[in-house]
Amino acid sequence: MSNHIKVASQDTTGTNVFDLTVPELMEMAKKLRCHIITMIATAGSGHPGGSLSAVDIITALYFKIMHHDPHNPRWKDRDRFILSKGHAAPALYAVLAESGYFPVEELTKLRKLDSRLQGHTDRNLTPGVEMSAGSLGQGLSFGIGIALAAKLDHHDYQTYVLLSDGECEEGQTWEAALSAAHFKLDNLTAVIDRNQLQLSGWTRNIMNIEPVNEKWQAFGWHTIEIDGHNFDQILTAFEEAKTTKGKPTIIIAHTIKGKGVSFMENNVEFHGKAPTLEEAKRALQELE
Amino acid sequence: MTVEASTREAYGRTLIELGKQNKDIIVLDADLSLSTMTYLFAQEFPERFFDCGLEEQNMIGIAAGLAASGKTVFASSFAVFASCRCFDQLRMCISQPKLNVKIVATHGGITVGEDGTSHQAIEDLSLYCSLPSFTVIVPADAIETTEAVKAAAATYGPFYIRLSRPKTPLIYRKGHHFTVGKSITMKHGKDVAIIAMGIMVAKALQAAKVLANQGIGCRVINMHTLNPLDEEAIIKAASETKAIVVAEEHLAHGGLGSRVAQIVAREKPVPMSFVNLKDRYSLSGKSGELLQRSGLTAEGIEEAVKQVIQKK
Repeated sequence: MSNHIKVASQDTTGTNVFDLTVPELMEMAKKLRCHIITMIATAGSGHPGGSLSAVDIITALYFKIMHHDPHNPRWKDRDRFILSKGHAAPALYAVLAESGYFPVEELTKLRKLDSRLQGHTDRNLTPGVEMSAGSLGQGLSFGIGIALAAKLDHHDYQTYVLLSDGECEEGQTWEAALSAAHFKLDNLTAVIDRNQLQLSGWTRNIMNIEPVNEKWQAFGWHTIEIDGHNFDQILTAFEEAKTTKGKPTIIIAHTIKGKGVSFMENNVEFHGKAPTLEEAKRALQELE
Repeated sequence: MTVEASTREAYGRTLIELGKQNKDIIVLDADLSLSTMTYLFAQEFPERFFDCGLEEQNMIGIAAGLAASGKTVFASSFAVFASCRCFDQLRMCISQPKLNVKIVATHGGITVGEDGTSHQAIEDLSLYCSLPSFTVIVPADAIETTEAVKAAAATYGPFYIRLSRPKTPLIYRKGHHFTVGKSITMKHGKDVAIIAMGIMVAKALQAAKVLANQGIGCRVINMHTLNPLDEEAIIKAASETKAIVVAEEHLAHGGLGSRVAQIVAREKPVPMSFVNLKDRYSLSGKSGELLQRSGLTAEGIEEAVKQVIQKK
């Protein structure tokens, strides 16, 4: 452990320990998509659609943007990533495993009895997981607490919160939107995984959240809209967020639910349904 | 003459003391700091106080995030909003991850008075006791409040402390010794044990005095901590007095009475009687009038004692 702390304390340059290039990030994301399919198919349950839409954003954070140390998960100067949409846990677990928080082999234990990889995230069980989530709409508030602590302690770490678009229907998300701007938390960046689908259908039919951009602007946020599967755009947006002062930033990332697997893309059926072993095989063939 | 003091003022003053000792103490409120008395801390340490506005759910999440960053967080509101309004947030963000957040809620029970049902927290203890990692405390007076708040600050983990709106009788003196989870036997007696919390402790002592004159010896126990419960004291009381009365300013279900009964049923079944708000909401009115109407009085306890003794 002391060795890990030493490594972390030396790493004060502000750069990500992996610092992958865009082609390498794309390669990594492909690998992670394969993990997600295999994990959920092996578990027999889980949420592939929202994991596949979010995985490029999470990959960019852990392999390029964030300052973190997989050998020292609770290092106090780390940038924090809060997965508010807790059902995308497989995407986070895959990223954490590939970046070295725990062995990649452990991914097959997803959702199994006594596994560290619970169906939805558990902060006390899994190395690298910051928040216990799964009940939607709570992550932004949690992120505000962390960002406030950074201001109080004069730490310059960044806090990133990934929201689903369905979560923007929860009242608490808007309580948090008000207060993050009120507290002028420019060290807080939220990302909406805007895949347009939620459990029972299109968000515009279930509960319309448009106009999303104008809403967040009206709440006092700096807004950026990007293609959430384009790494150049993702990286540029995170850089812009970091240099925006006086207010929090939200990145509205337009994504495709089930991205990367043809029969899962924009298919609401795969919000919370595991692929069969046959479907998983087809999905992996497509990805590879 | 009974001396009265405010439990919420004791809370506010204790926060200042704690804030001076520990720079990691952070206080949150939801636009009620003038009533919960957290404004006293805010005046002294403005940089460590955050008013979250009327956003109780958000406040609980913020408290959790601060605690996850190493802070000892006190978050306050009225008991009804600090329990019913944000229960899922308490469950997901504080109880399940066992974070170091202390919810200190004022205006508990029906003694809120004239504001009526919407403001009377009578189910809060049931809700908090159902959350596995929460320590739940109802201090019996202002002195015990100070000790409970200090103990919460000194002990890692989630706490819920319920205080009152009106001033309440002082039953302890300065220097009162308080231990979380360890009840206090206020009076010894062999015929019946009265187990009480909060404002009902003073009333239990009054009842015991009247009953002593009638030849009935009451043991009076201040069960200030509902979770973890002092099972040893309950089993001892059941074994030695063979009759138990539980008095609380809470609904019949899920509060102190239910919790004590569970231990008694399991370890040492004896007749029990309950003084509580039964299964209904109260009304607007003066706190004394409401307590009278609900039978949450020394006379109500006396009656319960006589009933339970007949069943022995």
